[in-house]
Amino acid sequence: MGKTIAEKIFASHLVDEPFAGTYVLKLDAVLCHEITTPIAIADLIARGKDRVFDATKIKAVIDHVTPSKDTKTATQAKILRDWARRHAIRDFFDVGHNGVCHALFPEKGFIRPGYTVIMGDSHTCTHGAFGAFAAGVGTTDLEVGILKGVCAFREPKSIRFNLHGTLPKGVYAKDVILFLIGQIGVNGATDRVMEFRGPVVEAMTMESRMTLCNMAIEAGGTSGICMPDQVTVEYLWPFIQNEYPSKDAALAEFRKWWSDDDAVYDKVLDFDVSTLEPIVTHGYKPDQVKTITEMAGTPVDQVYLGSCTNGRLEDLRIAAGILKGKTIAPTVRGILSPATPKIYQDALHEGLIDIFMEAGFCVTNPTCGACLGMSNGVLAEGEVCASTTNRNFMGRMGKGGMVHLMSPATSAATAIEGKMADPRKYL
Amino acid sequence: MKTFGGSVLFLDRSDINTDEIIPAKYLTEITKEDLKPYILEDLKLPGFDPKGAKTRAARVIVSRANFGCGSSREHAPWVFEVNDITAVVAESFARIFRQNMFNCGMAAIELPKEKIDRLLGYAQYPDTAMAVDVAGQTVTVRGGGHEETVSFDISPFDKALVLAGGWVDYADKKY
Repeated sequence: MGKTIAEKIFASHLVDEPFAGTYVLKLDAVLCHEITTPIAIADLIARGKDRVFDATKIKAVIDHVTPSKDTKTATQAKILRDWARRHAIRDFFDVGHNGVCHALFPEKGFIRPGYTVIMGDSHTCTHGAFGAFAAGVGTTDLEVGILKGVCAFREPKSIRFNLHGTLPKGVYAKDVILFLIGQIGVNGATDRVMEFRGPVVEAMTMESRMTLCNMAIEAGGTSGICMPDQVTVEYLWPFIQNEYPSKDAALAEFRKWWSDDDAVYDKVLDFDVSTLEPIVTHGYKPDQVKTITEMAGTPVDQVYLGSCTNGRLEDLRIAAGILKGKTIAPTVRGILSPATPKIYQDALHEGLIDIFMEAGFCVTNPTCGACLGMSNGVLAEGEVCASTTNRNFMGRMGKGGMVHLMSPATSAATAIEGKMADPRKYL
Repeated sequence: MKTFGGSVLFLDRSDINTDEIIPAKYLTEITKEDLKPYILEDLKLPGFDPKGAKTRAARVIVSRANFGCGSSREHAPWVFEVNDITAVVAESFARIFRQNMFNCGMAAIELPKEKIDRLLGYAQYPDTAMAVDVAGQTVTVRGGGHEETVSFDISPFDKALVLAGGWVDYADKKY
């Protein structure tokens, strides 16, 4: 009987099986940010165990509220900063070098096929785009990860999503994942790995695959995962060129992780995306979705473009392509937060930032900020935001505020019209 | 091992998420105790008052499917812990929340829908109390002169975490 990619990763990282169905895995990367790590650090200190299992496998960033907005957030940043220095954690990213964790760490080449990755952040599933098993965990799992380099998981049952056809114009990875969540529901993949397969995924860039995997958690999924292929090799090549004699050799190595043809899945679901329309959420759950045709005309107060879902260069290019030479509606506040300093700088050099600013967007530094209502674009009671983020829970971007999730293209069209708009007429 | 039982808070809705349990704006607190006043602050349910006497008295929560979905924030179990709520009984849980509960030595107990329906029937009695026996794998509810006990399944690992007082103590001894 064959194995899925997740089962292969589990088998190769297994440290202990304390009980049937519980797998304690060795970790390749333990990622940390300033919101969920400080209490783990405090607990380790209180236990007299202020140690790290391997400083080279721990990566840390201040990203949720940065630069700090008040004494409390400055204290959280300081706890993480002091800890990183104390333990000589080389890959620590502070103001000037910091960005949204799930965009920054892949950009640095930290995530590789076959890796096990945890972080005290639910959108850690993003990193599955590289053929890694990447799971969001709480602070206690993170603490044990930091101290011991292990984490416990249940059996990695997988749901295979075969995505057939080709994406129509104006329809992107964001629309696909919103559609899939709408199909299976917010707990449709609980305790399951969401394995994304098929020609649609193969044709996607790493950025798009990250968007796809990013929202696996919104269906309850433990990790999203894609097969590491030529696209993965090309993306990682600057970081791995000294490890492999050629790209072909790297690909051959990565290929070993692929799910076997006779692997057993909990479910196999087939979708043809060729007739998919741009998707927008309504309501307060990510599985409450409609087409833009159904939602067009809904007025919005703010358009937010950024986050670990859709704040990458590809997203900025798509939105700028629609905004070029246009101005956003006077009733709308447009906010762009490029997800990392590199993305920001690349966008500057390409002239994208000019396009956004001339259209009337405010450009903020890279941060998670407004996505979870912490800073840089919090909504007032009764306000509506068209957002490229991943969560539309009640009050998520500010108490009493309403969030509609959508693609960068749909958000750009919406910014122009001041109400939800179909991006396809601008392409 | 923590004790599990006492007055019950019934939250009759599915998909109660971590933002409703503890809004993100309070994640800047750096001690668990500081979270205490903000329990379930953004949860809107008919008859539910996050600052009410029922919430303050609660030691156990009974709810529906996919409880604790959303963020990985362990602040969600912590805000329960500092309010002396150490067990949640629901139809199902989001994975991270469920593991966070067990990792803290607390109990996230799953029961089938029809048993949750029966437990929710006790919401009408003001004197309803519940005892969760993790070792014996039973939940006993009493209220309005009625009493019943239902048994539940729990993974041996999660049970061991509760008995060990949480994952840090367990892992520190073993790995």
